[in-house]
Amino acid sequence: MSNQATKSLSLTRRTLLATGAAALATPMLSRRAFAAPTELTMLAWFGHAEPDVVAEFEAANNVKFVPKYYSGGDNMMGLISQSPPGTFDVILSDAEYVQGLNAAGYVEELDPNDYHLDEYFPEFQKFPGNWEGDKLFSIITRFGFLGVAYNTDALTPKDVDSYNVYWDEKLKGKVGHYDWHLPNLGQLSLLMGNEKPYDIDEAAWSALKEKTMTLRPNVGGFFDYGGTFSSLKNGQMLAMAGIGDWITGVLQKSGAKVASHIPQEGGLQWSECFCVGKGSTKADLAKKWIQYITSPEGQVKSAEMAAYPALIPNEKGWDLLNKVDPAEAKRQGMTKEPGNAMDMIRAGKIKFREWPVQQDLGTWNDFWLEYKAA
Amino acid sequence: MQRSVSIYGLTFSLPLLVWQLLFFVFPLFFLIAISFWTVKNFTMQAGFDTVNWQTMYGRAVFWQAYGTTFVLAAVSAVLTSVVAFPASYAIAFKMSDTARRWAVFLMVIPFFTSYLVRVYSWQVFLSDNGIINVMLGWFGLGPYGLLNTVGAIFVGYLTLCLPLVILLQLFSLVFIDRTLVEAAHNMRCGRLRTVFEVVIPSARVGLVIAALFCFILSFGDFVSPIYLGGSKASTLSILITDTTKSGQQWPRAAVIALTMIGTLMVVAFLAVRFAYKGRTK
Repeated sequence: MSNQATKSLSLTRRTLLATGAAALATPMLSRRAFAAPTELTMLAWFGHAEPDVVAEFEAANNVKFVPKYYSGGDNMMGLISQSPPGTFDVILSDAEYVQGLNAAGYVEELDPNDYHLDEYFPEFQKFPGNWEGDKLFSIITRFGFLGVAYNTDALTPKDVDSYNVYWDEKLKGKVGHYDWHLPNLGQLSLLMGNEKPYDIDEAAWSALKEKTMTLRPNVGGFFDYGGTFSSLKNGQMLAMAGIGDWITGVLQKSGAKVASHIPQEGGLQWSECFCVGKGSTKADLAKKWIQYITSPEGQVKSAEMAAYPALIPNEKGWDLLNKVDPAEAKRQGMTKEPGNAMDMIRAGKIKFREWPVQQDLGTWNDFWLEYKAA
Repeated sequence: MQRSVSIYGLTFSLPLLVWQLLFFVFPLFFLIAISFWTVKNFTMQAGFDTVNWQTMYGRAVFWQAYGTTFVLAAVSAVLTSVVAFPASYAIAFKMSDTARRWAVFLMVIPFFTSYLVRVYSWQVFLSDNGIINVMLGWFGLGPYGLLNTVGAIFVGYLTLCLPLVILLQLFSLVFIDRTLVEAAHNMRCGRLRTVFEVVIPSARVGLVIAALFCFILSFGDFVSPIYLGGSKASTLSILITDTTKSGQQWPRAAVIALTMIGTLMVVAFLAVRFAYKGRTK
């Protein structure tokens, strides 16, 4: 009985060992059949390397994106400057920082012939900052407008047709700021009638500061990305300066009663561009990614990105979006109907968000800190 | 008489020394060094330049934030101590041993969840359409602006500090010599007077240390001023993030951090000195 038990145990042990060895060997065998995906590092705002955007490309090219998300252009510049060359294969940058990337030599030159820029609307084929003379360093892939974000239960599009709504008595303590000086001061600069909101002389800068300070009593708070979402969603803030559809579009999808409107004084444009990091050992794959994301198929993914939606510069991308998701195309104004997003740009209602031209960036930031503390 | 250093003694004291060197002294020296560096094109350049100290100390915004932070932390320490004392007194003097153990357990439970999550959940209560205003609405009151106010910041500070302050006060109160309390009662000292004349002086060290911990935690807190105060009261912790966010000015942020450390050291020194004042060895 005892011997039998031992024999049985011995057999079991053998079987177990054999099964274990087979199990351990399986990944090695499957590795032969399927090569491990190539890792491609991406430095970007949150959302750009999420499955809803990259899954199709990853599957088609056996690639796995390794994202490093940043929060703000300064943060991005800091991360690049403190990392050895080649750390990031693909870099997504706000347009105002692209020139800085070029100047510091952080990005590789691109060959314009590799990309279908002819599919882009003419306004974006020679997008400022993407080119240095005839040399291409980055490509705009998406953009959006910044206007007045508002609660549709409390305000109407007519109410928010001027930035003066921020001073409305009934909004006391209900006006929020997205906590970044550039879009907020840019909007108020438009209100002051500055044709180029970021290229203003000292007199206009002083007037802008004075006007901005008068808004402070109406302000209910300064919010980061998460705080902006929650304060608009729970109705704590009824109007929000410095943002646009990139936040209200996401909230609308979750049923929040919010919207964005470009007032009569005009709106600002944020733009995001892709480039290849200097020293990338996978530059060919990075190029392939930029080709994909600037193609009509990639552009549709970009327009519908779950983290935050955006307008797209590829005209064929507009056509495809109208075919596959006409509701989203209509919601974002990417139809061929009059008054669409391109018409607003062509009518001169939209100005680029950029770094201040006649003042130092630090000067604007210092004033913003004073304004917050006032 | 000179005390000899034994291996036994070193075994217990060395880890603390190494920990302090690795995680406090070295980073502190590094922070001091960084405060003299400069930033060029978003990159820190090593060097020795006092420009960051001059810039930060020359700005009204910095001193305004300093004053706000100090006052908020001081009020938080006093408020939390006052709110905590009746609870810790009741647990120490009025509860059975079993009930006291449960009470201590309940005080520890809040630490199981993230402070950030607890603060975020307060938004559900304090917002204009939140639970408190809805309940007030049943009685025809409100809505009142509770969120993004200084009051909301204190709610956050209490969330952060109250359980810890109660525990620290409790550990001090349970060790009070009960015969002193009985003696006071025998000498016809009223209950309230006994608390002020016997209990509080006897537990002074613990009460002051508890308040000090509350001050330290509130002074450096970033979460409540941002998510419950709406960044309207600009504190030093908010100023640090604003400084690093724009232009990657880590050296200037180091100046703010060092000022905070210096302030906390002075406050801690004064508090401990006050706590042990009049005590003999």
